[in-house]
Amino acid sequence: MVLMYPSNSIRGYSTIGIWLKTVTFYYNWYLMSLPAIKTEELRKVFGDQAAVKGLTLQVEQGEVFGFLGPNGAGKTTSMKMLLGLVAPTSGTASLLGAPIGDLATRARIGFLPEHFRFQDWLTAREFLLLHGQLLGMDAQDLKTRLEELLERVGLTPFRNKLLRTFSKGMLQRVGLAQALLNRPALVFLDEPTSGLDPVGRRLVRDIIRELKEQDTCVFLNSHLLSEIEVTCDRVAFISHGEVIRAIEMDTLEKNLSRVTIRAAGLTQESIAGLARWGENIQANNGQLVMTLHQDRDLPEITRYLVAQNAEVYAITPNRMSLEEIFIETVGEDGGL
Amino acid sequence: MKSILAIRPIRIVARMTFQEAIRRRIVLTGLILGVLFLIVFSIGFHFISTEVAREEARDGRGAARNIMVAEMSNFLLQAGLYAVTFLSVAMGALLSADTLAGEINSGSIQTILTKPIRRSEVVFGKWLGFAALLGLYALLMSGGVVLSVFFQTAYLPRNIVTGLSLIYLEALLIMTISLAGSSAMPALATGGMVFGLYGLAFLGGWIEQIGSALNNPTAVKIGIVTSLIIPTEALWRRAAYEIQSPLASAMGISPFAAFSVPSVLMIVYALVYLIVVLITAINTFQHRDI
Repeated sequence: MVLMYPSNSIRGYSTIGIWLKTVTFYYNWYLMSLPAIKTEELRKVFGDQAAVKGLTLQVEQGEVFGFLGPNGAGKTTSMKMLLGLVAPTSGTASLLGAPIGDLATRARIGFLPEHFRFQDWLTAREFLLLHGQLLGMDAQDLKTRLEELLERVGLTPFRNKLLRTFSKGMLQRVGLAQALLNRPALVFLDEPTSGLDPVGRRLVRDIIRELKEQDTCVFLNSHLLSEIEVTCDRVAFISHGEVIRAIEMDTLEKNLSRVTIRAAGLTQESIAGLARWGENIQANNGQLVMTLHQDRDLPEITRYLVAQNAEVYAITPNRMSLEEIFIETVGEDGGL
Repeated sequence: MKSILAIRPIRIVARMTFQEAIRRRIVLTGLILGVLFLIVFSIGFHFISTEVAREEARDGRGAARNIMVAEMSNFLLQAGLYAVTFLSVAMGALLSADTLAGEINSGSIQTILTKPIRRSEVVFGKWLGFAALLGLYALLMSGGVVLSVFFQTAYLPRNIVTGLSLIYLEALLIMTISLAGSSAMPALATGGMVFGLYGLAFLGGWIEQIGSALNNPTAVKIGIVTSLIIPTEALWRRAAYEIQSPLASAMGISPFAAFSVPSVLMIVYALVYLIVVLITAINTFQHRDI
């Protein structure tokens, strides 16, 4: 009986423990189900010019989201509104379920600004220490985390050098480390690869991939389309402060492919007949380019062309690159 | 009520501000020039005080000699502190004129403001950091002047603590105005505004002094109105009054606070003024798009 007493209390404790774990599990599940970013009709007017007119979008947690648009389209202003740096003229937005500007939520967010200039009188290590302290991180955790990140971005040998002496690429790396200190659930990267050499760009790409594996949501502002193409799950095109097109990158790969057909003896009627399988048909000098509704129609198109007595030399599928979509969406003038 | 300020982030920002001033050699430059100033002051004071003491010794009147040395020490001490006040004011204006404006301009404030910290805490933390720096600077300079005089002639002015506190308050006030300017305008505009105001106060102070000596109430009123617009010179004149010898006050032979002495109410007004300006700085910065 004497021995039962402590064992009972342990059992009692563990019941509470299980209960707590269950609650925590469901709470975390609930938190994960909240959208990382949700905006409704977010609008910003500077003077008499609308920089962002009615931005409505939703980004899920764990998603890598590309925000594309020509210079001056309102990308940075949109991001600044989400981060609470710029007050929206109207509209609402929430990050991780909390209204923008919420202090507790900011501890779960990372941000790498464009044209980053940091406190250049600090060393790389001191800089990260300062930002970790501002995030309210535990001192011990912060020390190990910042060494880990310095190593990850390849700056360990320069950890005690003043930021003043850093090159643009090195600053971008330390800025990236800064954005990841708190193991954020949501990271905003504004033109993260600008100023980086190819090695640095690959580093950013790899880090974004790692973040995705850790279920971190990444919101990426960029006009470097090749970067977006390899890293993003979903992209939105913005022009004149409006989302004018949103694309799942998967559908881009599967469906929206363009083919080039080299053939002789094509009549106007037979070209017109192709319209049932695709759109955007351009023909000149025996070369024909069109966008297919779906890839799997290709054999049927071939049969059709042969039936139309055309002499087919080659059919080459060329997937439409993001750049082509960009220009198609925004226009050759870049939305000016 | 939701709390507006938390201690921890304020402390981090204040420390950062302090560290920045040291790393950017602002403090070092100030110190070197300050030491240079103290050396010049001490040497000048040494020659004048020995000269006065010798002349009075030749006349052989012991009591009169002591009074002369004390009055001369008091006068030169005031002159020295007047220069220290100006240097502290300049230091206060320069420290904070570029702080918010410069960081908004360079974008370095963006990674700070997106952390779990309120903008009010950033402004207040910076203010605290500058206030501490300015306090050290003003104490070192004015303390240097007072000690230099004390070691050479064993003269210690009356109400020295009150006097130095008022000098510090003046520098703080200018620093706070400069910080408020920096929350809304570029550094250069802020600097222009601050020194413009300081010049206005300076002019108003002299108009009041001379007007008082000539018994011209309109001139005195102009001075008081200027002090209400910007009470810096009033603070200095009260400080000079606190420090100066009773004899000089009675005979009206001091160049700084001989006639019209700012009241205690004016000091309270300056304190309230400072607090209002600081709140304005916080408020402006809070509503600013970065």
